[in-house]
Amino acid sequence: MRVPISWLREYVDIDLSVDQLAERITNAGLEVGSIERIGVAGAPLEWDRDRVLLAHVLAVRPHPDADRLVIATVDHGAGQPKEVVTGAPNLFPHLERGDLSELDLWAALILEGATYLDPHKDLQPTKLKGRKLRGVYNDAMLCSPVELGLGEDHDGVLLVRGDELTPIAGGRSEIVAGRPLVDLLGDAVLEIDIIPNIARCASMVGVAREVAALTGKVLRTPSTQVVQEGPSIEGKLVIETREPELNPRFVAFLIEGVEQRPAPFWMQHRLRLAGQRPLHVVVDVSNYVMLEIGQPNHTFDWGFLQRRAESDPGYDPGGPVRLITRLAEPGEQLTTLDGTRHELLPNNILVTDPAGALSIGGVMGGEESEIQDHTTDVLLEAAAWKFTNIRQTQRQLGLHSEAGFRFSRGVHPELALLGARRAAELLRTLAGGTVAAGCIDHVAQAWAPVEIELDPAYVNERSGLDLSPEQIAAHLERLEFSVEPSTSGRSTLRVVAPPHRIDVEGPHDLLEEVCRMVGYENLPSTVLASHLPPQRGNPALEAEEAARDCLVRSGLHEVITYRLTTAESEARLRDEEVSVGPYVELSNPSTLERSALRRSLLASVLDVASNNARFTDRLALFEIGAVFLPRPDSPLPEEVARLAVLLRGPRQGAHWQDGTDPGAAAGELDYFDLKGVIEILLRDLHLDGAEFSATEHPTYRPGRAAELSISGRTVGRLGELHPVVARDWGFDERPCLVAELDLGPLLGSASRAPVVTPIPVYPAVREDLAFLVDESLPAAALVEALRSAGGVLLESIELFDLYQGDKIAPGKKSLAYRVAYRSPSKTLSDRDATRLRGRLVEAAAGIGATLRE
Amino acid sequence: MSETSPETSLDFEAVQNRAEVALARCEDPEQLESWYYATLGRKGEVQLMSRQLGQLSAEERPIFGKRVNALKQALQVAYEQRREEIERQALERRLSAGAIDVTLPGRRPRTGTLHPSTLVLRAMCRIFGDMGFQIYRSPDVVTDEYNFEWLNMPPEHPARDMQDTFYTRDENVVLRTHTSAGQILAMREYHPEPIRVVLPGMCYRNEQITARSEIQFHQIEGLAVGEGITFADLKGTLTEFARRFFGAERQTRFRASYFPFTEPSAEMDVSCFQCDAKGCRLCKYSGWLEILGCGMVHPVVLRNGGYDPERFSGFAFGTGPERIAMLKYGLDDIRAFWGNDLRFLTQF
Repeated sequence: MRVPISWLREYVDIDLSVDQLAERITNAGLEVGSIERIGVAGAPLEWDRDRVLLAHVLAVRPHPDADRLVIATVDHGAGQPKEVVTGAPNLFPHLERGDLSELDLWAALILEGATYLDPHKDLQPTKLKGRKLRGVYNDAMLCSPVELGLGEDHDGVLLVRGDELTPIAGGRSEIVAGRPLVDLLGDAVLEIDIIPNIARCASMVGVAREVAALTGKVLRTPSTQVVQEGPSIEGKLVIETREPELNPRFVAFLIEGVEQRPAPFWMQHRLRLAGQRPLHVVVDVSNYVMLEIGQPNHTFDWGFLQRRAESDPGYDPGGPVRLITRLAEPGEQLTTLDGTRHELLPNNILVTDPAGALSIGGVMGGEESEIQDHTTDVLLEAAAWKFTNIRQTQRQLGLHSEAGFRFSRGVHPELALLGARRAAELLRTLAGGTVAAGCIDHVAQAWAPVEIELDPAYVNERSGLDLSPEQIAAHLERLEFSVEPSTSGRSTLRVVAPPHRIDVEGPHDLLEEVCRMVGYENLPSTVLASHLPPQRGNPALEAEEAARDCLVRSGLHEVITYRLTTAESEARLRDEEVSVGPYVELSNPSTLERSALRRSLLASVLDVASNNARFTDRLALFEIGAVFLPRPDSPLPEEVARLAVLLRGPRQGAHWQDGTDPGAAAGELDYFDLKGVIEILLRDLHLDGAEFSATEHPTYRPGRAAELSISGRTVGRLGELHPVVARDWGFDERPCLVAELDLGPLLGSASRAPVVTPIPVYPAVREDLAFLVDESLPAAALVEALRSAGGVLLESIELFDLYQGDKIAPGKKSLAYRVAYRSPSKTLSDRDATRLRGRLVEAAAGIGATLRE
Repeated sequence: MSETSPETSLDFEAVQNRAEVALARCEDPEQLESWYYATLGRKGEVQLMSRQLGQLSAEERPIFGKRVNALKQALQVAYEQRREEIERQALERRLSAGAIDVTLPGRRPRTGTLHPSTLVLRAMCRIFGDMGFQIYRSPDVVTDEYNFEWLNMPPEHPARDMQDTFYTRDENVVLRTHTSAGQILAMREYHPEPIRVVLPGMCYRNEQITARSEIQFHQIEGLAVGEGITFADLKGTLTEFARRFFGAERQTRFRASYFPFTEPSAEMDVSCFQCDAKGCRLCKYSGWLEILGCGMVHPVVLRNGGYDPERFSGFAFGTGPERIAMLKYGLDDIRAFWGNDLRFLTQF
C-alpha cells in the first residue's frame, strides 16, 4: 500500500525524518519496502527552493505573434509580476478576462536554472534556459504536473484554485506567492507491505494510528459528522440479510442531486500519490474513504435501483426498494463493472434485488447498477463481510479489487457506519448532493468487543522483559486497548480490544503488542537456559552424509535435481517398475514438465548428465534423494531414499604431461569403474554380505548389468546404460555407467563398526596362480571356491590378469591371481605353502578350473 | 734436526706439492683413483719414500718416519676432501640436469564436490547442532492438516495467500510449502519431553520458475519447546547463529512480522555483509538483509503438538539455504541450483 507522508500528517504529527519513520514502523511490522520521494532531496527530480515556486496567476493575454501561445502574468513573490509565455491549453479559457486575481488561481513557476523533466526528451531532467519564444524573451516556465515529476498529466500546466490546495498546504495562510513548491507538494510515499495481521493498517488512519502509538502522538481521526437535509431514507429502502454470518452489517445512505464533476485537486492529488487514477467525484470519494478509513464502500445508481424495482410485478408502488444479500443461486451470472461476466458459485455472497444480482458483496459492483454520467442520486453502501468467504470468492472468480483486498483480510464491522458517514458528507460537500435524513443500519449479527484476561507475569515470562502491570497497561492503551484491573480478584488485567481490531484472540496477541511497543530491538537477548532435551541423534542421516562424503572422495559431484517430473520423461528408462506408476500427480502444476513426483532418481540424474554432456566429456555424478511411491493403504506416498550414480567419459583427465608420457593409462570409464565406486562405498560403510550378480534389465545393456544385494536383499542395479535408453537422453555411442540403489537397506545395515585386525607378526608367503576356466564361469565363483578351501590361512586373493586368446583353448579364459598365505600363529614353511596350494588347486578343479603351469 | 739435509727436506715438500697439484687436476672418480694408486697406493710415491727408512741412521729414522707419516696424513686428508668435492660436483651436475619448471600446472587428484545447498545446510546444522538442536527429517508430501490447519491456518485463512501451494489429485494432500509442516510431527513424537530440533528439507511452491523464484527449494526450520523459553532466548540463539554463520562482526535486527504459527512473530535481518551496512544493491540500500522468519510458537500450535501452552513455550524459525547462498556468494539466478551445471557446482 502506498502511503503519502503528506496525507498521513493530516492524522498524526510526525517529528521523525522519513527514514526514521520508515525504520520505526518497519520494526513494528509495517514493512516499508521502498520510499518514493517527490520534489524533496533524494527524489528523481529535486525542486530548487529558489527556482521552483508557487505563483499566483494574475492575467492571461494573447501572444502578439503566435495563436497557439499566450502570455501569463503571475506573481511569484518577487514584488514585480512576471510574464511567462506558454502554450498550456488550460490557460486559454482565461484569455482576456482581465484581472484574474479574484479567481484564486495558482500555478507552478520555474525560473531559469531550475531543472524540470522534459516531455519532449523522454522526461530527461533538463535545465531551463532563457530564450526568445516568438520574439518574447522568456526566462521562466509554468510547468505541467509531468514536468514536475508529479504524474502523467501533461494536458496543461498545473493550475489549482487556492481552496483546492488548502487541505494539502495545511491551511490557507500557507498559500503565498513565491512559496517554494517543495514546501507544499514535496512529499515521500511509503510503500508498505500489508501482511495479514496488520490488515487494520490498510488505510491512512490505520497507519497513522500505529505511528501515533509508536511515537507517542495523538491520533486525529477524520470527522464523521454528516449534514443530512434531504427527506428521510426511511420507507425508501429495506435490507434483508439471508446470511447473517457472512454479512453481519449493512449500512446505506442516500445522497440525491449529486453533480458529476472532477474531484478537487487535493483529493485527486492524494489518490494519485496512493496509486489510484481519479475518475469523477463520486467514484473518487468512494475510493478516498476506503484509503482514508479502511472501509470499502460501494455506490449504486439509485435511479437504476428504483426503475428496476418498479418493473418488478410484485413491487408495491411507492413502497421501498428491497435489497437482499444472499448466496448465489445455481447458474446465476453477473457482469462486474470491469466488464467481466462471472459464473457465480454457490458460496459467493451477493447484493441483489428481487430482479437479480447487483454486485458481488465486498468484491466488486455490477456493471448495470454502477454510477453513470447522468446519475444524480446515489445509494451508498458500507457493509461488513466475512473475510474467509470473501477470500474464497476472490480466489474462485479470479477477481481482485482494492475492496476485496481489505475485506478478504478482515474489516471490523464497527467501521461500516463511520465509513458511510464520511463518504456521505464528502459527497455532499464535494459533489453538491443532499444527504437524506436517517440511514439504514442493518445489523444481522451483533458483535461483541473481545475481552482478554491478561496475567502480567505471562508477558514477562514469555518476553524476557520485566514490566510492571502499569507499564504493560500503558503500552496497550497506546494502541487503544482499554485496560482495567480484573474484576475476578486475581492480579490480572482485563483488556478490551479496540473496535477496529479483529486479529486479537488471546494473551499471546497482547504479548506481541507489548513487544512491538517496547520495540523488538529493546528486548533482552539471552542464551537458552531451558533444559537440554534428551539427545537422540539421527543415525540414518549420519550414514547418508557419510555416503555423500565417500562418493565425493571417489571423485563424484553431487547434484540435486527437481523432484517433479512426468511419467513420459521417466518412461524413457523402459523400466516397468517405474513407468507403470502410479504417480503422485499435481492437480495444479505450474508447468506440464513438472506435474508429478518422480518414481526414479536415475532419470533425474540422466537429465543433468545429458545437459552437462554438451560441454564436458567426463561425467561423474551422484544424487541422494527421495522417490515417491504411492501406497494403496495411505493417502501419502512412501518416500524412498535412493542413490543414483552416473559415470561417463575418459578414465583419466587430460594433463599436459600425458603427451610426453606414453605410459599414462587411457580408455573410457567402464562397468568396473562404477563397481569400484560402489565397492569403496560399501567398504566405507563397513557393509558385509554384498553380492553382485549378473542380471538382465531393459534399462541396461544386456550382459553388462548387475544386481546388488546385501545379505540376500536386493538393493538395486548397476551397469552400462542400454544404448537405446542412452540415445533417448541424447547421449552418443560412448558407454554410460549408471546405478540406482535403495539407500535404506544400504545404510540401515551399515551401523557396524569396522573389524580391525592387528598388524601381522609373521611373514606372508606370496605366489601367483593362474586358472583356466570356462568362459561362462563367473570369477566370483572361482574366488568363492578358493576362499573356502584356503580358510583363514588364505589372507588375500587379488585378480591381476584376465586373458582370453590364442594361447589358450577357445571358450576358455585365464584368471591370474596373486595370493598371500599367512598364519596368525607361526611362520609358514614351504611345505605349509605347498599343502595350501594343493588344497586351492583341488577346490578349483572341483568347479572345472585347472591350474596353468 | 740439523743433520737432516736440506735436499731431503726439500724432497718432502716437492713431493707434497707435486701430489697436491696432481690431485687438484683430478676431475672424476677414475682420475682420483689413479692418483691415489700413484701417490698413496702400495707402490705409490709416498710408500716408496718410506722404504728409504732402512737406509737411515738410528737418529734419523724417527724424524724421517714422522715426516713421512705427516706427508701421508696430509695427502690422505687432501684426497678425502677432493673426493668429497668431486662427488658433490657430480651430484650437482646430475641434479641440475633434472631441473623442472615449477610453474607448470600440477596434476590434481580427481576429487568430487558437494552440492552448494548441501554445504550450506550442513554448515547451518552444525552451528545449531552445537547449541543442542538435533536434526529431524519429515516427509515432503503431507496432508493439509500438517502444512496448514494444525499450524493455525484453517481453510481460507488469509495467510494461505502468502504461499502458492501445489495440490495433489487428493485435494487434502499437498507438497509441503514450508518445513514448518514437520513441527507437529516432531512435537507429537517427543512430547512431553522438551524439544530442540532443526528440520531441513525440500519445500515446494507453485510459482513460475524465474531467476528469483523456484518451484522447489530447501528450508531449514528450527524448533525449541520447553518450560520458560522466552522471546529473549529466541533473539539470543539466532543472533549467535548469525554471528557464527555470517561473521562475528555482523549485527542483527529483529522486527515484527507475521506468521500464523508464531506469536509474536519476527523477521531477523543481518547487517549487509557486502557493503557492511552502508547500503548497496544487494541490500537494496537498506543496509540490512532479510535472513529468516521466526517467532514464539503459537499456543494453538503447541496444543496441536501435544503441549500445554500454559506450561510450555517455545520458539521456531525458518530460513532458506539457497537464498542465503545467493546472498553469501552474490548469485543472481536461483535456477543455477537445480540446473546442476558442473561449471557452477565445481566452484564451491
